[in-house]
Amino acid sequence: MSETPLLQLRGITKTFGSVEALTDVDFEVRSGEVMALVGDNGAGKSTLVKCIAGTHTADSGEILFEGEEVQIHGPKDAARLGIEVVYQDLALCDNLDVVQNMFLGREVNRWQILNEAAMENTTASTLKSLAVTTISSIRQPVATLSGGQRQSVAVAKAVQWNSKLVILDEPTAALGVAQTEQVLALVRRLGEQGLAVVIISHNLHDIFETADRISVLRLGRNVGIFERRTTTQQTVVEAITAGVATKVAGIPVAPTSGGTA
Amino acid sequence: MTSADVVGPEAPKPAEREEAPGGITGLYRKAWFNLRTGNLGPAPIIFGEILVVVLFGLTATNFFTAVNFTNLINQMAGTAMLAFGVVFVLLLGEIDLSIGYLAGIGALVVAELQLPGSGHQLNGIVAMLIAVAVCALIGGVQGSIVAFVGVPSFVVTLAGFLIWQGVILNQLEQRGTIIIQDRWINYTDSYAFSHFAGYLVALIITALYPLSVLYKRVAARGTQIARVNWTAFAVKMVGIAVAAFGTVAIANHGRVIATSLGLPLSGVIVIVFFILLTFLAKWTTFGRHVYAVGGNAEAARRAGINVPRIRVLVFMLSGAMAALGGIIFASQVNSVALTFPPGNLLLNAIASAVIGGVSLFGGRGEVRGALLGAVLIGTLQNGLNTLNVSNGWIYIITGLVLLAAVTLYTVAVRLQARSGR
Repeated sequence: MSETPLLQLRGITKTFGSVEALTDVDFEVRSGEVMALVGDNGAGKSTLVKCIAGTHTADSGEILFEGEEVQIHGPKDAARLGIEVVYQDLALCDNLDVVQNMFLGREVNRWQILNEAAMENTTASTLKSLAVTTISSIRQPVATLSGGQRQSVAVAKAVQWNSKLVILDEPTAALGVAQTEQVLALVRRLGEQGLAVVIISHNLHDIFETADRISVLRLGRNVGIFERRTTTQQTVVEAITAGVATKVAGIPVAPTSGGTA
Repeated sequence: MTSADVVGPEAPKPAEREEAPGGITGLYRKAWFNLRTGNLGPAPIIFGEILVVVLFGLTATNFFTAVNFTNLINQMAGTAMLAFGVVFVLLLGEIDLSIGYLAGIGALVVAELQLPGSGHQLNGIVAMLIAVAVCALIGGVQGSIVAFVGVPSFVVTLAGFLIWQGVILNQLEQRGTIIIQDRWINYTDSYAFSHFAGYLVALIITALYPLSVLYKRVAARGTQIARVNWTAFAVKMVGIAVAAFGTVAIANHGRVIATSLGLPLSGVIVIVFFILLTFLAKWTTFGRHVYAVGGNAEAARRAGINVPRIRVLVFMLSGAMAALGGIIFASQVNSVALTFPPGNLLLNAIASAVIGGVSLFGGRGEVRGALLGAVLIGTLQNGLNTLNVSNGWIYIITGLVLLAAVTLYTVAVRLQARSGR
């Protein structure tokens, strides 16, 4: 695990009209680390992710990638840096098979003619490297896959492009117990392979299964960053609901927003 | 039943690159899997086609004649061309209602541009190219309104339906009919190959299938797509050879007042476009993106596919195919008249694609479906004609066949919803 964060956000603020979705938010993730991003509904998790992914542009604040300041104005900028997002609704085409989905929009071709063999071979080796073994045929339509298998395909699709940072938005929300375990194992494996992983989840069980550190947002502000090894679910729940700030070395504590607590 | 099922999380890992069982067992398993997943393939429609041919062969005295056979090819050629365009539009989950009258515009442009003594007479081939370009442009404009403004294609092309009907009315109300004398234009429906050339065409068409399989075997060695079930291959090979050589043999047999007929060019045009458009749909990035947009437009957009561009291109293709179909229809009667387009061209074209298994909801279907559907509808209507059945009954029966086909596909997809998760 390297010590300079791969991605570092400083003082990110984003408003929609009169609504302040993010206020002076700091966030960071290192290579080889699984960073959880948690918070109640409306805490600003999705907005923050969209600022990283380029769907939204922050009003103020700076984004550092590999120590250098970068501008992310669209999904293409994010992709160029090696940032991939797996959204909750997966963005897979049900009518296409696994290989076709993995290469959607980036098909291997020569003079517009598809090179199916290259795509199939790469898909097979990507899935193998991620130890995704439950898909019996990578030539079956995604419509015939189970929820866990679909999630695995979506994750594999994201890491296929030499990405450095993968953001997973509620990857286990729609899954059963066994399939959740399967996807969580995959998430851990991504971290072990040296990728920076950000996982957004409501499920603290999932978070404590996978994450190395946990960032808590509340009402669009930082509450704190917790080391999984040294914290408890109880502490994190309190941070999410009541906004108890916990000091972590190197990270300034944002003032807790008063009023509603 | 669960043997071919997708495996659960704890299921043992299948051997890497496991060879699919070959022969009859493999065929049976694949068919069963396809059936369970709502993919009926072309089997029902081919079965229906055989049924229709046998029925008419037994009941109509002049159905099983070589002359009627070439007639049938000429009659269905135009519809098939339109239906090819419809496939792509339906794959996007859109609809194009303007193609019937766009076919009329194509025919009108061609007729006008070949008119001797009009001051703008052009070579027939040039005239046809211009007509196709004009209709592609019109399709592109309609598609742009759909893609960039977001007006539903149903409404945009319904407006097109009225507008182009109006244009044809305006142009032909006074003049009644424009006679087409240009030989190239008329060839599209009336040219027949010599007996030898016909067999040569049959040979080329028959050879294309094994060549494409061979290409896959070599270029995609070791991958799943390179796997060939040789039993299925043999069945298809024999089917294609019989269809191609049988068609030519029957067409060569035809004789009208001592003039020997032969393989009609219109049929060859249809097959050439069938092959080209199948290639476009299945082997190119454009085709892949069409399926992707039809399957999940949002996913396609996020994957970086330029969705509006795909939509516009597909409507252009639809317009171009309508023009080609219109030209073939016009050359059938060597003229363009107020009665154009003939019969229920628009509905027959859409019905052909739908009967051929192309889903109205986008993302599902193949180009071959349009061909098979057009052949079925063409045979049905031709056969009923030779039986002297009234037009009313022809419409009713066509409607019932359409209903039966769509019901079958819907039931199949519901089965898939139950088996897939």
